[in-house]
Amino acid sequence: MELKVTFISGRTVDQGCNLENKTSKAYFEAAGYCEMNSADAGRISVEPGNNVKVATDFGSVVVPLKICEGNPDGLIFIPMGPWANAVVDPNTSGCGMPGFKGIPAVVEPSSEEALTMKQLMARLK
Amino acid sequence: MSEMLIKNATVYDPINGVNGDLMDIAVKDGKIVDSASGSAQVIDAGGRLVYPGGVDAHSHIAGSKVNIGRIMRPEDSRLGLKARTKLTRAYTGYTVPNVYAMGYRYAEMGYTTAFEAAIPILKARHTHEELEEIPIIDKGGLTLFGSNWMVMDAIRENDQDRLAAYVAWGLLASRGWGVKIVNPGGGEAWGFGKNVSGLDDPVPNFEVTPRQIIRNLAEVNEKMNLPHSIHLHCNNLGKPGNYETTLASFDICKDIKASRDRQSLHVTHVQFNSWGGNHWGDMESKSDAIADYLNKNDFLTIDMGQLVFGSATTMTADGPVQYANARLLKARWSNGDVELEDTSGVTPLEYHPQSYIHGIMWAIGLELALLTKDPWQVLMTTDHPNGGPYVNYPMVMTMLMSKKRREKEMAKIAEKTFERTSIAGIDRELDWYDIAIKTRAAHAKVLGIIEQGKGHLGVGADADIAIYDIKPDETDATVEFDKVEAAFRRSAYTIKGGEVVARDGEITATPMGRTFWVRTKVDNDGYGRMMDDLKLKFKNYYSVNMANYMVQDEYVERPVVVDTEYK
Amino acid sequence: MIIKDVLCPFCGCLCDDLAVEVVDNKVVDVKHACKIGASKIRGHDRIKAPMMRDDKKGEFREVSYDEAINESAKILANSKRPLLYGWASGVCEMMKKGVLLTEEVGGIIDNTASVCHGPSALGVHEKGLPTGTLGQFANRADVVVFWGCNPVQAHPRHMGRYSVFTKGFFANKGRRSRKVVVFDVRKTDTANLADEYVQVNPGEDYMVLSALRAIVAEKGDVVPETVGGVPKEKLVEVAETMKGAQFGIVYFGMGLTQSRGKYKNIDNAVSLVTELNAHGKHSIIPMRGHYNVTGFGQVCAWETGFVNAVDMSRGYPYYNPGETCSNDLLMREEIDAAFIIAGDAGAHFPAQSIARMGKVPVINIDPFHSASTEMANIVIPTKVSGVELEGTAYRMDGVSLRMRKLVDVDFPSDEEVLDKIIAKVQEIKGASS
Repeated sequence: MELKVTFISGRTVDQGCNLENKTSKAYFEAAGYCEMNSADAGRISVEPGNNVKVATDFGSVVVPLKICEGNPDGLIFIPMGPWANAVVDPNTSGCGMPGFKGIPAVVEPSSEEALTMKQLMARLK
Repeated sequence: MSEMLIKNATVYDPINGVNGDLMDIAVKDGKIVDSASGSAQVIDAGGRLVYPGGVDAHSHIAGSKVNIGRIMRPEDSRLGLKARTKLTRAYTGYTVPNVYAMGYRYAEMGYTTAFEAAIPILKARHTHEELEEIPIIDKGGLTLFGSNWMVMDAIRENDQDRLAAYVAWGLLASRGWGVKIVNPGGGEAWGFGKNVSGLDDPVPNFEVTPRQIIRNLAEVNEKMNLPHSIHLHCNNLGKPGNYETTLASFDICKDIKASRDRQSLHVTHVQFNSWGGNHWGDMESKSDAIADYLNKNDFLTIDMGQLVFGSATTMTADGPVQYANARLLKARWSNGDVELEDTSGVTPLEYHPQSYIHGIMWAIGLELALLTKDPWQVLMTTDHPNGGPYVNYPMVMTMLMSKKRREKEMAKIAEKTFERTSIAGIDRELDWYDIAIKTRAAHAKVLGIIEQGKGHLGVGADADIAIYDIKPDETDATVEFDKVEAAFRRSAYTIKGGEVVARDGEITATPMGRTFWVRTKVDNDGYGRMMDDLKLKFKNYYSVNMANYMVQDEYVERPVVVDTEYK
Repeated sequence: MIIKDVLCPFCGCLCDDLAVEVVDNKVVDVKHACKIGASKIRGHDRIKAPMMRDDKKGEFREVSYDEAINESAKILANSKRPLLYGWASGVCEMMKKGVLLTEEVGGIIDNTASVCHGPSALGVHEKGLPTGTLGQFANRADVVVFWGCNPVQAHPRHMGRYSVFTKGFFANKGRRSRKVVVFDVRKTDTANLADEYVQVNPGEDYMVLSALRAIVAEKGDVVPETVGGVPKEKLVEVAETMKGAQFGIVYFGMGLTQSRGKYKNIDNAVSLVTELNAHGKHSIIPMRGHYNVTGFGQVCAWETGFVNAVDMSRGYPYYNPGETCSNDLLMREEIDAAFIIAGDAGAHFPAQSIARMGKVPVINIDPFHSASTEMANIVIPTKVSGVELEGTAYRMDGVSLRMRKLVDVDFPSDEEVLDKIIAKVQEIKGASS
């Protein structure tokens, strides 16, 4: 069961509050989740707090789900940070800016654990 | 400190009346002295031309306008690139050089002082951050007051003591040297996309006229005994027919007595304000009317705002004119409104000799300088970088000195220009002494910095000296203009505060210059009324707190403070 | 002791009205700040001492400042293509030293704007920027547009202090003086406070901007029935609102700079605002993130002529965003050392870019353990600017203010560390030349 969506990342208050607290559980909770509306969540039968796997052409990440009814159908949001970075597009189209928004993604329920910031970074070295 | 003796110098020092005398100049501890001891470093000028270090009374060298110019124009920063050396940082830019090139290039031409022409008080900290990084030259800046709510409210309520208290506070807050007025009232009107149309058009919502703003600031300026007079950029700049507004603006200050030995009104880059005609189609030069006024009145001075063909970056606190320019030329447009105070605009443009509009503008600048009899009344500027960048001063100097040089330029310019101007018929050619006046002595006098040792070579003056590779008695500048221009572009020696900072146009030392500012005591109850009003404005309308507003001492590390008193 | 008029060292709002209570050299209370600002000033766990490790997968060992600084200088002096990145959560004084260090080592200096408002600078190269100070908008704006930005989350006091709820001289009824329009791809908390919410399909902002320009220019007949997911009648209504403003202001964010079109979106948005000036007064301003990310652009521009992404390997500045920005350099695997300061590349670059940092020596100057710390070989803790150090910062509108020091600490400042690294680099380079 999977859903084709468009992925965006962005700031939140809690992500901001923990920018200088990145090894903490609070940061993990503030930046390591995926938001979609309840209709989309229903389409892949996940409840808030369940883990989902988000995959793009550039990578994948497992994070818990949150509901945000402000998201239109087919739009998922992960706060900016290491979890979002796992799936964003590094191509800058020749202007220096990678693709942090508007990336085609597939989201599905997952039984995997979400990784911490340190675990995510460890994958890159 | 070391001593220096410049021997066999052909000296032009107009402030001291020295006109081409062959003499020696002695320097000790950064100042000009009577004589030097045997241990002095000797420079043999060999009869070559020696001027006081150049002074630029009106140039846009630092602050948010200049920087948005750089940010908007990477293509400009790619001009004039020069790699760093052990001594110098990298140079960038032509019309909007980086801070390093800004100082180095002035010094390479024998200039040692330049004043930034427009500081918005709220952004003064930025201006000083840049001024502090411009190497070698001494600096100062003029603070914008012409569309300021505090100013207009005090004028409307007829409270000159309060106005003076605010001007004093604004100069302190911005660490400014003088009172700049740009398109008086127009900056406020531009807050809602409008402008004022002339001297008697009331500023919307403030019920004061540009005439009242000019008059009151001029009166207060003299009562404050400031070193510089008010420094006015007239209304209606850049519009055909504007010369009438310009003449009427002059008249506002005609009966104001200067508190010092200087003008009571300086009107800037008058080239842009000497236009006749009713529209672009019949635009013509009215420099004759302006020069005629100057020839009959000695209370005012102007600067040229000479146009130089090629690339320019126009930048001014006259916001509406920049919007009009950008619309007309479909050019990039940056605007920078400053809450409660003023506005600004930045637009790149290119001056083409084949455009008769630009041709007329080119002619007007030179006409103003050549038709005005007293050389002290018209300073040579390009309103850098509005008419073109200051690195072209040497070319402008030769155009003032040589009719042949002007004719060479005229050959490139659209024919129609000469039906609308008188430049072709002007025979006057300035001499070495006149040029010394127009590029240093008069600038120092107009700014009021002679007492600070600028613009001359008398005993006690700063040892700011330019030696040029020209022997005046063997050089006919009316013919050998290329040689003269080359010499003015690269001084043989530039000496700043007694130190050789450039040699044959190459930087040899990079000391940091000082910054001039004025502190005026206003000791009457106007101060209290001003403070009450100011606190209210901060509480209700400013987006920063008053406690964080004023430029701190940290931003002016080498200040020269002049104290005056309001009477 | 209560310190008043404190500046907030978090976001580009640079609020300067905080009151901070300090007891025994400790911050005990922060008043007037938003939740994020208060959190920042109250502080978090610090890196206690400089640390080094050879193997990025291994554990750090504590070292002296001298050792960490000397080793950093060696790495930079001996690298061919070092990237010096960050330069946002610091004061201008350290940024000037950053430019100098980059010149000394012939490296590339790049700022967090690279992944934030870098495309806005490109838009400014194309079209300029009609803008003003935040107080100008507070006093005058009767139509307020937020496009692809969410101040409720990212700039929490913005709407209260500057843009929406505040009363101004002309906009003297505060919120009731203004019509607020939000363009976004999802209904954000900011959109919930708006009079009009315009939902745009992801990546289709450029088309919506073009449609608005056409309608403003009275060429609405060429606009199709739906553009970017927005019905034409809605576009006409919003265009009329904007056109009818006495003073219109567009605040924009990452929704434009990071989505499809990138700098072209900014070009188009600036064009719309410029054209609107034929009717009333209109301005536009990027919502800058870090409290002094604007300051880096200013410092870099006046020192090098360019706003960001400056390559000093030629001895003079070379700027070509798309070639000299961090992610381009990393993805081309061109970098042989990285110096990360006052910004967290590790947390805010795409994973594939960061992987390149995994292969080269990384020096991280930061008071806190960040994601970049995870990638680092050398870590040097410094003072928190604006809390433990005075200095200059530029608000999002280019107004510069002086940050206050609230408490004293023993850590060196960024500037002191940079000075020492520069001196050591000069010594190494001097010896080899």
